[in-house]
Amino acid sequence: MTPSAVTASVPSGAGIDPTTLRGDFPILAQTVNGHPLVYLDNAATSQKPRAVLDATLEYYTRDNANVHRGIHELSRRATLAYERARARIGRFIGVEDPGEVIFTRGTTESLNLMAFSWGLEFLRPGDEILLTGMEHHSNIVPWQLVARRTGAVLRWLELDDEGKLRLEELPSLLSERTRLVSLMHVSNALGTINPIAEIVRTVRARADAVVVVDGAQAVPHLPLDMAALGCDAYAFSGHKMCGPTGIGVLWARRTLLEAMPPFQAGGEMIRIVEREASTWADLPHKFEAGTPDIAGAVGLGVAVEYLDGIGMERIAAHERELLGYALEQLVEVPGFQALGPRRLEERSGVISFTLGDAHPHDIATILDSDGIAIRAGHHCAQLVMRRFGVSATARASFSFYNTTEDVDRLVAGLSLVRGIFG
Amino acid sequence: MDQPPLSSLYQHLILDHYRHPRNRGDLPDKTVEVHMANPVCGDEIRLQLKVEGDVIESARFIGSGCSISQAAVSMMTGLLQGRRFADADALAARFTRMMHGDPEAARDRGLGDLRALQGVSKFPVRIKCALLGFDALQEALKRVGQAPSQAEGSR
Repeated sequence: MTPSAVTASVPSGAGIDPTTLRGDFPILAQTVNGHPLVYLDNAATSQKPRAVLDATLEYYTRDNANVHRGIHELSRRATLAYERARARIGRFIGVEDPGEVIFTRGTTESLNLMAFSWGLEFLRPGDEILLTGMEHHSNIVPWQLVARRTGAVLRWLELDDEGKLRLEELPSLLSERTRLVSLMHVSNALGTINPIAEIVRTVRARADAVVVVDGAQAVPHLPLDMAALGCDAYAFSGHKMCGPTGIGVLWARRTLLEAMPPFQAGGEMIRIVEREASTWADLPHKFEAGTPDIAGAVGLGVAVEYLDGIGMERIAAHERELLGYALEQLVEVPGFQALGPRRLEERSGVISFTLGDAHPHDIATILDSDGIAIRAGHHCAQLVMRRFGVSATARASFSFYNTTEDVDRLVAGLSLVRGIFG
Repeated sequence: MDQPPLSSLYQHLILDHYRHPRNRGDLPDKTVEVHMANPVCGDEIRLQLKVEGDVIESARFIGSGCSISQAAVSMMTGLLQGRRFADADALAARFTRMMHGDPEAARDRGLGDLRALQGVSKFPVRIKCALLGFDALQEALKRVGQAPSQAEGSR
């Protein structure tokens, strides 16, 4: 790999120029249903820059071998690329110890790892797990399964009418019984950004609990530093941040990971295997049974380099500007109603909305006919849908490569919807 | 591949059934109720039938979801009143064939208002919306066929 080849098309200076950046994304230069593609489904998955595509192809073309077990040259190269990617991704979130960066298949697997390794080992009957009413199903269901097996109890921090956590209720939900708090950093269904550092401080003052954060919607959009957040574990997915599908990360404190038993067992994660028992490999390999997604890790390493090349501060600023520009126009569309916080500073570039009596699926079909890709449905957040009395919403979600023209096309597309559903 | 024009999907008759669903509401003396939901998108239907022997005396539904799913079940219930189980089953089969692009099935006048949904077959991701009501019907027929007296329940 030649990391120097990974540069985003960014001139130095304050803002970013999404029009130039789009040149790095071959997939964006196509027409869909006769219209230039407007991709606004970034919360589901982001597109991949050429640097990531090239790195993945180059890995398979030149370096492919299994990692950590071969003596030969290709295995040495593959291992080097894989471990370099790990260290690079760690630095991207402010982590210096690569042993704390566990590769997984994505956020879902990272959260399942926490639930089934930490949860089954440490939870006792009557212990409490605190979740929030905003969680994605992948941060609810693993804890339900683990609670059923351990006798632990789920408790819930609810949402206010703007889709923000009722933080004033947090202290009263915490006690010496609270053993784990798991919550999302940024909501995929509302766009709400949760004040993680503040929440962690409240938890620390009241309970001896492990704090797990689902960062799937935060890592692609905000500059992050694990030390500043103060949580104990943080999960995210590569494919939402310009990386390939099938690769993700669980970061957790070394002391926590060392205390946890393995999640999956097999090759790669052992030290010595005997008939009756085995001993585990050192971190991070203890949690990486089997041949990992090496090409995915290499691709994700290049993706974070690409994002750093643009600058996460600038990405966040651009997306917030775009969000403001979009909401300003959308609130003028008759029947338009968005979920989520009113203040721009409290939300990320996700607009979850309804439009009169047009069902979100119909909105999505009509926009698709105009070349605009959005998401419609419950966004794996049925608790959120129920809280706001809707069965589904339409969702437009931004990335740094989206432009004000994309927003204009969305607004124009909604008048098409109104033309049919009026 | 480009889509056919939207007008082939959103026909006036579909929007009319969506806005003014027929046979909507509870059936007080229902024999069977089937709950069908599409977990991917949240479309939901509770289909209720009152049956006598092998005849559907009346059919009603409660539901929420997109225009296609709700219009389809509204149109379907209109065709079920007084129909024998075997006829209802045949109707489901014809409609399913139409959804999978069979032009012969689409010419069948027996499909009534449902023929307005022919355009849905050109929008592959929406076909399951149109079929939700008929999925519920086929489940209901299975239940009343098997155990006429204890057919109540939901799925």
